[in-house]
Amino acid sequence: MIGGEATKSGPFAHSTNTVQQTMFTVILALSPATLFNLYLFGWPSIFLFGVTIGACVIAEAICLALAGRPVTHTLSDGSAILTGWLLAMTLPPWAPWWIGVLGAVFAIPLAKQAFGGLGQNLFNPAMVARVALLVSFPVVMTAWIAPHPLFSASAPGLADSIAITFGGQVPDGVTAATALGYVKTELSRGIPVFQSLVEYGRGTNLTYTPDLMDLATGYKPGSLGETSAILILIGGLFLMRRRIITWHIPVTVLGTLFLMGTLFNLLDPARFAPGLFHVISGATFLGAFFIATDYVTSPVSEKGQLIFGIGVGLLTWVIRTFAGYPEGMAFAVLLMNSLTPIIDQYTRPRLFGRTRKGEPLPLKGKA
Amino acid sequence: MKLFPIRGGIHPEYRKELSGERAIEALPLPSRLYIPLQQHIGAPAEILVSAGDLVKKGQVIARRQGPISAHHHASTSGRVVEVTEIPAPHPSGLPQPTIVIEPDGKDEWAALPEPIADPFAVAPEVIEERVAESGIVGMGGATFPAAVKLHLGIQYRIDTLLINGAECEPYLTCDDRLMREHAEAIVDGARIMAHTLGAPRIVVGIEENKPQALAAITVAANPFPNIEVAALPVKYPMGSERHLTLAITGLETPARKLTADLGVVVHNVATARAVHQAVRLGRPLIARVVTVSGGAMREPKNIEAPIGARVSDLIDFCGGFSQRPERIIQGGPMMGTPLPNLEVPVVKGTSGILALTADEINERPADPCIRCGACVNICACGLTPVELAAHIRHDDLEGAAKLGLSDCVSCGSCSWVCPSHIPLVHYFNYAKGALNARDREQRKTERTKTLVEANAARQERLAAQRAAARKPKAAPAANEVQA
Repeated sequence: MIGGEATKSGPFAHSTNTVQQTMFTVILALSPATLFNLYLFGWPSIFLFGVTIGACVIAEAICLALAGRPVTHTLSDGSAILTGWLLAMTLPPWAPWWIGVLGAVFAIPLAKQAFGGLGQNLFNPAMVARVALLVSFPVVMTAWIAPHPLFSASAPGLADSIAITFGGQVPDGVTAATALGYVKTELSRGIPVFQSLVEYGRGTNLTYTPDLMDLATGYKPGSLGETSAILILIGGLFLMRRRIITWHIPVTVLGTLFLMGTLFNLLDPARFAPGLFHVISGATFLGAFFIATDYVTSPVSEKGQLIFGIGVGLLTWVIRTFAGYPEGMAFAVLLMNSLTPIIDQYTRPRLFGRTRKGEPLPLKGKA
Repeated sequence: MKLFPIRGGIHPEYRKELSGERAIEALPLPSRLYIPLQQHIGAPAEILVSAGDLVKKGQVIARRQGPISAHHHASTSGRVVEVTEIPAPHPSGLPQPTIVIEPDGKDEWAALPEPIADPFAVAPEVIEERVAESGIVGMGGATFPAAVKLHLGIQYRIDTLLINGAECEPYLTCDDRLMREHAEAIVDGARIMAHTLGAPRIVVGIEENKPQALAAITVAANPFPNIEVAALPVKYPMGSERHLTLAITGLETPARKLTADLGVVVHNVATARAVHQAVRLGRPLIARVVTVSGGAMREPKNIEAPIGARVSDLIDFCGGFSQRPERIIQGGPMMGTPLPNLEVPVVKGTSGILALTADEINERPADPCIRCGACVNICACGLTPVELAAHIRHDDLEGAAKLGLSDCVSCGSCSWVCPSHIPLVHYFNYAKGALNARDREQRKTERTKTLVEANAARQERLAAQRAAARKPKAAPAANEVQA
C-alpha cells in the first residue's frame, strides 16, 4: 500500500539509536546491581539467573520460528534477554530451576508473543511472569534467604548449589524474612510497625542482623537482583544520562511512595511504615528505574509518564499497606500498564497552532 | 534579544564543516542550460521563445501567468536549441517543458530595467512589480513567488519582517556563505522588502552555529536602528517559518492561518539578496548559491551556479565523487528529495546537492515500534507520530487526520530519531497524498452527482415544457373540430 523505493521520502540522515543499542544499554545499567547480588547469593542464584535468561531466549526463538519471523535478527534486538534478566532479578535467589523456566513461559509466549511480539504487549512480560509465579507458587516465591556471599564460609559449594537449584534441596536455617515481609507479619500479630522495625534492625528472632546502611547498599535478604537500592540508582542515573529514560517515571514513583509513607506514618506510626523505609525496601528502586519505565507498557508523553508514575507509587503503597502481600510493585505496575492506552489518549501534547481541543488558536488582537 | 522556546526539535550531525569555510565560487559557463517553466509553486510560466531564437543574459524567456507564478530569464546569452521535456529535479522524475539554451560564451546582458535609485521613495507596488519581473521566488526551498508574499502588506498590517538565516538543515552552508560575503546586499534587500510590506521592524534570525554570519550581518545592520539580529539556539527545525516566528516574536500561528495574520512575514536571506539585485541593479534572478557537499563528494564547495546548469556540471566542478554515493539529494538531508539522475538542472529552489554515503544516511530496515516516545517528545508540532503511524498502517487515514496529520510539516525529525528506523515521514506523506486523492475523488463524485441531478431536472423541465406546449395545441384542435 505504501509507495516503493523510487519515491522514498526523507530524511536521508538518521540518529545512531537502535532498538538493540537501547536494550543492551539497559542491560549494562542493570549489571552493577546484578553482579553484586550474584556475589551476595552465590552459585544457586547464578544458576537460576542463567536458566531464566536462557529459557526466555529459547522461548522467544521458538515463538518466532512458529510465527515465521526472522529468528536471529529479532533475537539480536536483545529484548528477550532483557525480559529474562529483569524476571530473574525479581525471583527468590535460591528458587529451583523450574521457576525460571515456567517464568519464561509466562513472560515470552503468553505476555509478549501472544500479543504480537516486541512493542505490542500491553503488560510488562517480566511482571506478568513474576505475578503468575507468585500466585501459583506462594511458598517457593517467598522463600528469601540471608546473604551467603560467594567464597564466604557460609556459602554453599558448587555441588550443594547444584542440589539447591536443580534438586530443590534448600538447607535449613538459611531463610530470612525481608523487611517488608517481617513488618507485615508482625503487624498481623498486633506488633506495632515502629517496634517491629527496631526488632528487624536488631535481628531479633532472625538469622541475620541488618542495619539501615545494609538496607540501602543491599546486604540483606531479597530478590535475586533488587536488594541494592544504591547500585540500582547508579544504573538508573546512567540510563538518564544516556537519555534512554527520563526522570518523569522514577521520580514520581519514588516521590509518591515516599510522600504516602511519610504522611500516614506521621498520622499513625504504629500502623504505617515510614516513607524512607518504603523507598529503600523491596523492589522500589528496581521498579521505579527499570520496570515502570519499560517503553512498551508505559505512556509515550512526558505528562502521561507523570500520571503513570504517580499511579505506580500510589498503588504500591496501597497494596503493601492494605493487601495480603508484603510487596506490591509488580501488581502496581501491571495495573498501571492496563491504564497506559487511556493515559496516552488523554495526555497528547497540544498541536502547534491549535487549542487543546484541536480547534485553530484564536487570533489575538490582530486584524 | 529575548527569544521564545519552541517545542521538541533534534540535534542531527550538522557536518557543515565540510563546505562552511569554502568561499562562494562561480561555476564556469556550462555547455548547455536547461531552464524549466515550472521552478516555483503556482502555475507554470508561459513560454516566450522557440527553437533558434537568440537570447541575451537576463532576457525574459517565460512569462508568469495567473496570480501565483513567476517569470524565468535566460541565465546567459546564447541560442535556444530546443524546447523539450526533460525530467524535473523531483523524485518522481516526471518530465516537464524546459527551454534548452546553448551559451555563446559572450555572457552578454539584455537591456535590463533601470535600477531604482531610491527604493524608499517609490510606492510599494513599484517594488512588487520589479520583484515579479525579476522572477524572484522564495529561495529557502519553498519557491513561493516573492512578489505575492510582498503583496501581503496590502491585505495585512505587517509589523515585522523576519529574515530567515537559520539554515537549520545539516550540510547546507549556502546561506551562511551569503551572509558572510554579501551581508550588505542582504540587509539592503531586507530594508527594501520591509518598506514594501510597510513593516517597521526587521529581525534577522541566524542559528548560533554561524558566528561569522552573525557578526557580518550585525555589522551590516548596525546603521539601521530598526534591524535586530537574533542569535537562535541550534535546533532543527528552527528554520520552519512558523517555528521561527514563534521563537523570535513569541507568536504562535494558528492552524490554517498565515504568519501574516499575526503581522509577520518571513523571507529567506537569499531572497533578500535577490531583491537587492533586482531593485538596485535591475538584475533578474538568474543564478543562485548551491552547497555541493556530502561524504561522497571529492571537494565540497559553495557554488554560484546559473539557473539551468545541470547537477552533473556542479559535481564535475567539485572533482566528482570520492566514493560511490548511496543517494544524491537535492536540498538538505532532512527535507530534501532524491534526484532521479544527474542530468536534472539547478533551479531557483536548489539550496544543496548532496552526495551521501550509506554511512551518512544510516538507513536500515524498520524494526517494530517499541513505543519509546522519542518521536512524541521531539515533534515540534506537538504530534504523536507513533499513533499516527499506527492508524496509517491499518489504513485508518481519517483517524490519522483527526490526530493532526495535516499539521505535520514533514520536517523528518521523528524518522530521524526513531530507534526502530520506522519511515514515519514516508507514512505521513503517503497518507496526505491518499487523503488528497480521496478528497478529489469525492469532490468529483459530488460534482458528477450534481451534474446528473441538474441534467435530470433540466430534462424534467423540458418534458414539462413540451407537455405544456402540447396542451394549448390540443385545445385549439378540439375547437377546430367544434368549428
